[in-house]
Amino acid sequence: MPDLQTLHDAVVNGDAKSARTITAAALAEGVEPMKLVQEYMMPAMAEVGRRFETNEYFVPELLLAARAMKAALELVRPLLTAQGAQPVGRVAIGTVKGDMHDIGKNLVSAMLEGGGYDIIDLGVNVSPESFVAAVKEKGANIIAMSALLTTTMPSMKITVEALKQAGVRGQVKILIGGAPVTQKYADEIGADGFSESAAGAVAAAKKVVG
Amino acid sequence: MKTHPLIEKLAGQGTVLTDGAWGTQLQARGLAPGETPDLWNLTHPDKVAEVARAYVEAGSQIILTNTFGGNRLRLAEAGAAGRVREINETGARLSREAAAGRALVFASIGPSGKMLLTGEVTEVELQAAFFEQAEALARGGADGLVIETMADLTEACLAIDAAKTTGLPVVASMVFDSGKDKDRTMMGTTPEQAAAGLAAAGADVIGANCGQGIAGFVPICARLKAAAAGLPIWIKANAGLPEMRDGKATYAMTAAEFSSFVPALVRAGANFIGGCCGTSPEFIRAVRQKIDSASRP
Repeated sequence: MPDLQTLHDAVVNGDAKSARTITAAALAEGVEPMKLVQEYMMPAMAEVGRRFETNEYFVPELLLAARAMKAALELVRPLLTAQGAQPVGRVAIGTVKGDMHDIGKNLVSAMLEGGGYDIIDLGVNVSPESFVAAVKEKGANIIAMSALLTTTMPSMKITVEALKQAGVRGQVKILIGGAPVTQKYADEIGADGFSESAAGAVAAAKKVVG
Repeated sequence: MKTHPLIEKLAGQGTVLTDGAWGTQLQARGLAPGETPDLWNLTHPDKVAEVARAYVEAGSQIILTNTFGGNRLRLAEAGAAGRVREINETGARLSREAAAGRALVFASIGPSGKMLLTGEVTEVELQAAFFEQAEALARGGADGLVIETMADLTEACLAIDAAKTTGLPVVASMVFDSGKDKDRTMMGTTPEQAAAGLAAAGADVIGANCGQGIAGFVPICARLKAAAAGLPIWIKANAGLPEMRDGKATYAMTAAEFSSFVPALVRAGANFIGGCCGTSPEFIRAVRQKIDSASRP
């Protein structure tokens, strides 16, 4: 029986190989998959977020941790699905229309995936119609929009309007983020949540979907 | 390492004024949000030249070029990866013609927009992309190259390497916008680490641009200077942070407020000063007056 604390540490240290090996060993020993996720992996990601907030961690460490988390989750997820567990949420994520920047979007995507969310990556320069379609056709219950440019931020507002027009606003929670984006702007356009950084994305998602 | 003669000459002349933002100036002339600014070198050369001229007339001693996104990785997003050469050559030429001998042209090289860390791009691909761009800029008549808004030190060093092959002086500038005190790059690099890394890669001038308002640049400038091993410092600051008003980004800081930081930047060791996002020819004129009044006996 492996010391499960080492799984926690492997995620925090961004050691994908160990995270995967320990998870496999634990599952072989009959440890409940949900226990691995809730007692070791999620607290590890919370610790990563904490270190990011306190400047011990920056983007490289964040990415590595998210990857380690993902490597472990890949082993656990099929078992959870077989047990009938639903993903925490299904996120359609994209950089808004007119904006080609994908680094921030990809980071948030990795963090949310590490947080147990199903990700539909719509890419960059995503039209309001594509976000609407992701809700209608792919069952997304969270829309996550990114913009790096002040000039493309207004696409967020247009997308919120498009979701209303399509009559699906009530089915989704909307999260926004990106360098120029603020809580004030989120309030202004009627988004449900905002995160200052990729590290805070999981917390923001949790807050809106409960 | 020996200082490039052009940089030595410039640094010996006192504070050198560079230019301000290009993107917002092009937008004021009709560039649509999301449109690739670099393509305007080919489709709207008159408008690009207008921006360049506006900065020369405002007193810039060095103007940049409309080539920030002119590497093939970025241009690929607009389906223009095959037009690197003409876009950059034309960009350098437009600035050079607008300068007409009254200002030098340091051509802009921005980041690739891809991350080495995630494996979406390799070091070899990055270096090849920067080399291609740098060569085209040199061919277009640039007097120097400015590698700017870099978040990843490794990428910046690859760009320096590629740019140095042209024989032109190379400025390398990072964006410090992360961490509690906004004194790290997105990747966590400190000014000291940046200074050491950029200098070791062979940059002739090192610096900081974008990412935060001008007030935050004073301590960063001092830290870069202290760690720069004698290299001159290049600073291009934003005009504070943007605020959305009626769906449009506006910068609350005035040209007068912006230029009031110039003496502090000079004291902190800045040799080249200009503006980034939110600045305009009006800001550059205000900085010109500050520099001129400081040098008057």
